[in-house]
Amino acid sequence: MKKTLTTLALGAAMAAGPAMADLVFPDLSYRTGPYAAGGIPFSDGYNDYFTLLNERDGGIGGVKAKVVECETGYNTEKGVECYESTKGQGALIYQPLSTGITYQLIPKVTADNIPLHTMGYGRTSAANGEVFSHVFNYPANYWNGASGVVNYLLEANGGDISGKKIALVYHNSAYGKEPIRTLEELSKKHGFELVALPVDHPGQEQKSQWLQIRRDRPDYVVMWGWGVMNQVAIQEAANIRFPMENFIGVWWSGAEHDVMPAGDKADGYKAVTFHNVGRDFPVFDDIQKYVVDAGKAAGAGDQVGNVLYNRGMYAAMLAAEAAKTAQEIHGTAEITPAMMRDGMEALVIDEAKMEALGMPNFGPSFNVSCENHGGPGLVGVTQWDAESKTWSLISDFKPSDTEVIGKLIEEDSAAYASENNIEPGCK
Amino acid sequence: MFYREAGDFKVSYADDSQTFPIKFDRYRYYVVLAVAFGLIPFLINDYWANAILLPFLIYSIAAIGLNILVGYCGQVSLGTGGFMAVGAYACYKLMTAFPEVSMFIHVILAGGITAFVCVLFGLPSLRIKGFYLAVATLAAQFFLVWLFNRVPWFYNYSASGQINAPERDTFGIIITGPNAPAWATYLFCLIFLAVCALIARNLTRGTVGRTWMAIRDMDIAAEIIGVNPLKAKLTAFAVSGFFIGISGALFFAVYLGAVEVGEAFGIQKSFLVLFMVILGGLGSIFGSFAGAAFLVLLPVVLKVVGVDLMGWPTDIVAHFQLVIVGALIIVFLIAEPHGMAQLWRVAKEKLRLWPFPH
Repeated sequence: MKKTLTTLALGAAMAAGPAMADLVFPDLSYRTGPYAAGGIPFSDGYNDYFTLLNERDGGIGGVKAKVVECETGYNTEKGVECYESTKGQGALIYQPLSTGITYQLIPKVTADNIPLHTMGYGRTSAANGEVFSHVFNYPANYWNGASGVVNYLLEANGGDISGKKIALVYHNSAYGKEPIRTLEELSKKHGFELVALPVDHPGQEQKSQWLQIRRDRPDYVVMWGWGVMNQVAIQEAANIRFPMENFIGVWWSGAEHDVMPAGDKADGYKAVTFHNVGRDFPVFDDIQKYVVDAGKAAGAGDQVGNVLYNRGMYAAMLAAEAAKTAQEIHGTAEITPAMMRDGMEALVIDEAKMEALGMPNFGPSFNVSCENHGGPGLVGVTQWDAESKTWSLISDFKPSDTEVIGKLIEEDSAAYASENNIEPGCK
Repeated sequence: MFYREAGDFKVSYADDSQTFPIKFDRYRYYVVLAVAFGLIPFLINDYWANAILLPFLIYSIAAIGLNILVGYCGQVSLGTGGFMAVGAYACYKLMTAFPEVSMFIHVILAGGITAFVCVLFGLPSLRIKGFYLAVATLAAQFFLVWLFNRVPWFYNYSASGQINAPERDTFGIIITGPNAPAWATYLFCLIFLAVCALIARNLTRGTVGRTWMAIRDMDIAAEIIGVNPLKAKLTAFAVSGFFIGISGALFFAVYLGAVEVGEAFGIQKSFLVLFMVILGGLGSIFGSFAGAAFLVLLPVVLKVVGVDLMGWPTDIVAHFQLVIVGALIIVFLIAEPHGMAQLWRVAKEKLRLWPFPH
């Protein structure tokens, strides 16, 4: 009895959902739990950019964009619930910001014909669009990141890191395990020794890992962390007096909230990135004017210009540009998820376009194609300055080792294709 | 007015000992079954299946399993998440090793394997009780999760350490994978739940169940009247493990399709199922259903009411859920230790006399 009543109430609530006329961009965010520190700025940036488009340009191609936010708490079960509850509202694209949820969604979106954009996370081999027809991970993926770190170390050591010892501190999950394969290949190629140290979810307890680092004395420490794990690791590194300039994080371990808790001791910590940092871009003036000053900012509105805010905004920008491309291809303003997929596959980002959007030199120029869903994979390096509390780019965006990565992507996507009876090819 | 036995004559022992002795209750039960099997499969869509009904059905099986161990036999267990992981990984290994075999058989075998593992970890229960047993099962939880993370054989050496359910069918109907229709996954889980509940109900009111309850109420007295504690405790662990294994297998293969052991089967899963049992009612099959329904529906209802209707920020609603669940557990432990099942029993008693109570 009780159940049927709730059922009725729920049904009524769902029937009163929004009209279908808007372009729906679901935001599977997480503002709670151990990963909230990273989830909040990303989600704020994602929301604010669409608010900006609505306020300044009247939407995308004349149609308003609507962001439907759904809290996942970085939890795959809630992610699935969010996916199912938003996909009926005409969701154009999913960006879950979680590798676990991505793995969950890859088969589902393919069956439901909705594109999935996992920018700098997710399953790396999705770069092969012949196998992963609905999954995109441009402009860079984990393996580009891993190779970017190694390239930077090569550069710093005059092209030779043989015999060096590199420790990888990683989140013990699909996310953290992702770079190991590439790093192993690269260690064979360049002759460095790789020590992998897993940190279990959520990562508040890392004493034993850092004790081992203290004992082993690796030349460099690379971190694949997320959420509360990052700040703990940086604090622990400071505690054992590990030189910060030899400590490099992936792009998910290099934001303000990761280094702030360690204070001055975090000075010199580095992280790779695939987009620019800071708020020295014209687009931020517009955001300030149309969104923040108008009182329409998402969340507390205090994240503008943070590393992850920029990334969320960049993700929203790429989604909006893909939607514009789709509108041009299909000649209609009200696009469907299938059209959105075509738009993403035909996406062209060049410097002129970035300039026009108020983001000159913010990210790389690239063309997406059916064969390549992964973009160019250019990786830059940023460094934290504890005194001025800013991240700054210390190495320009450079190509990663595509020779090694291409082979691994080929291998992994072929394994996925055979597991799931997919015939690789472009339509 | 409702639930009256006036005019409801019992003329045989079978009539007297049936599960629902009151006619109204019995008919209500048949109606629920008829709706569940005959009506919902025609109305169901992806959202209802994946967001509400599948988790409800699967958690119900897990809650029944844990209820047998904790509620009927009195052996506290915090290893539910780990045992669900055993079911999931067993199912995964079977699915990938024997793709042509029906999913029914895989899930049942996964339950069997979990029952075996559960008995192994139940052995210490013969020596240790109460808190100490809880700690021993907690060790099982952490050990099993560590094992599935550590040994690549369990996840077929995949790079990410995740397990992904390939497309498998039973009688030609796709049950797992993204192309499985909602009604098929729903019916598949419903059949398992119906059979599990039936088995659990009949076990708990027979000899086996009575020995469990004797052990729960006072193990020394039970031993003196001739109950074999070894047999009673280990059968409880085996049956409980079997159900939890089935729920773990369904959770991975049918519901999520891809899991990561630390995230899906961590300690929080053990607590979630334990909360279901506590809130629903210890030692009650209905309580397992009520607890599972409550904890599955609560976040969804809160989200619909808070975010979609009231327009509150999503994080506030998510935090509210923690507050509400925490407060409810305290309230239930103090005010109604027998959980929602007891509330239901009291409501039934009241309804019998309604509208003219003495």
